[in-house]
Amino acid sequence: MVSLLDIIGPVMVGPSSSHTAGACRLGLIARALVGGTPERAKVELHGSFARTGVGHGTDRAIAGGLLGYQPDDERLRESLAAADAEGLAIAFENIKLRGEVHPNTTRITVWRGGKQAVLTGSSIGAGRILVTAIDGFPVDVTGNYTTLVLVAHDEPGIVAQVATALAAEHVNLATMRVSRRQKGGDAIHIYELDSPPQEGAIARILALKAVKTARVIERVA
Amino acid sequence: MVESLLEAVEAAEAAGISIGEYALRTEAAEGLRTREEVEAGLLRALEVMRSAVERGLKGDVHSVSGLVGGDAARMAASDGPLRDTPFTAAIAAALAVQEVNAAMGVIVAAPTAGGAGVLPGTLLGIAKYHGSSDGDLVRALATAGLVGGVVAVRASLSGAEGGCQAETGAAAGMAAAAGVEMLGGTPRQAMQAVALTMQGTLGLVCDPLGGLVEVPCVYRNATGAAMALAGIEMALAGVGFPIPVDEVIDTMGQIGREMDVRYRETAGGGLAATPTGRKLAKERLVQLKPRSK
Repeated sequence: MVSLLDIIGPVMVGPSSSHTAGACRLGLIARALVGGTPERAKVELHGSFARTGVGHGTDRAIAGGLLGYQPDDERLRESLAAADAEGLAIAFENIKLRGEVHPNTTRITVWRGGKQAVLTGSSIGAGRILVTAIDGFPVDVTGNYTTLVLVAHDEPGIVAQVATALAAEHVNLATMRVSRRQKGGDAIHIYELDSPPQEGAIARILALKAVKTARVIERVA
Repeated sequence: MVESLLEAVEAAEAAGISIGEYALRTEAAEGLRTREEVEAGLLRALEVMRSAVERGLKGDVHSVSGLVGGDAARMAASDGPLRDTPFTAAIAAALAVQEVNAAMGVIVAAPTAGGAGVLPGTLLGIAKYHGSSDGDLVRALATAGLVGGVVAVRASLSGAEGGCQAETGAAAGMAAAAGVEMLGGTPRQAMQAVALTMQGTLGLVCDPLGGLVEVPCVYRNATGAAMALAGIEMALAGVGFPIPVDEVIDTMGQIGREMDVRYRETAGGGLAATPTGRKLAKERLVQLKPRSK
């Protein structure tokens, strides 16, 4: 859904909503997938991100997102030095992704405290983003909602149990999608929520036997 | 969600409200944010726009390459035949915002950073002479948001997808509707202003030197504001464009899809590919490789 404040916004550090603000948002989502500032990151840049990214501050914007800076934070300009200072090692690489890929696309791999996550995401204009893959599973994450990302064993009844756990904490579901790489393996569940889930809801969900990981991506302003 | 500006006009007319009021009510009805939250967000955007204009008009901001900066201040001191009018004020303000953007300063992407000067330039240029209230400006920004949302759905707001017609062109269409709203025009006049403005930006290519948001982007925001002012003036005078606004927007999307990749932000054609464009890109906008450490 396109909101007025998506169009009249974001308030951001220039120069490019696609190459700077959207890139920062993708960095923020990668950060959320490992629950904080990573120790190490590999940032692969595709298409226009690769060709003009440095001049647009795309590298600084993604680094800033990984550090938890919002797109309107003037510290984005100096984020590479800040990453050094905070012990975040980032390797940037230009790549060509195969298939029908948006021109402004990045693949970000992050490591933190023994956890690893990888996302592929595109900056689709006006600072809006679309994450198209998380840990190899196809997804559609916009960052417009608080998003709960679960990886669970693919078996009957999980969605109902998760929905019940959320309902018990009065969290309303806006959208949901389940996808899997193979039947009976692991499936990824993406729940876009109208309000952030309480600790209690996450604890209930993690207590479900089939659920392996539960990660919360905060709504990106 | 609003997908047709003509439907929006009919709904606003049926309810007897302005198009800006309709935009605010529709947004609140979507349920993602309350009306107060939306208005507060738009008011914050207005404040950032004002700060960026003020910052840029000082004349001491410069882009990393040094290619752009200082022209907003030059324009504000203009002594031409249109000096001291909303027209020159709008152009100076549009240049100011875009110079701040090129210098990695804080702006409002409206709809994008590359087109961020057009809307504040047009609105604040008019407001300077019409004493518009913050309430008027917030309703005008809501109007612009409604138009931009429809363009996003029906066409594109990305230079990489649709060329500059999708960035400064869309921004000019948004600013035209917003200006009519601010000056008390009818919903139908607001949409006529969009059609009259965007017919003039159809086909505009995105051809930045070195692929960066500097040249011609800064100047194209100024001419975008001029287009919006032309659309506003015609619409308020009762001029109508024979092709309906939704079809003009669809046309922009279609032209964008058919536009060669050289003209979609890749610096492969247009001004970027001129001998001087290439020379400046090489000398001043050095193509850096991402730094690894």
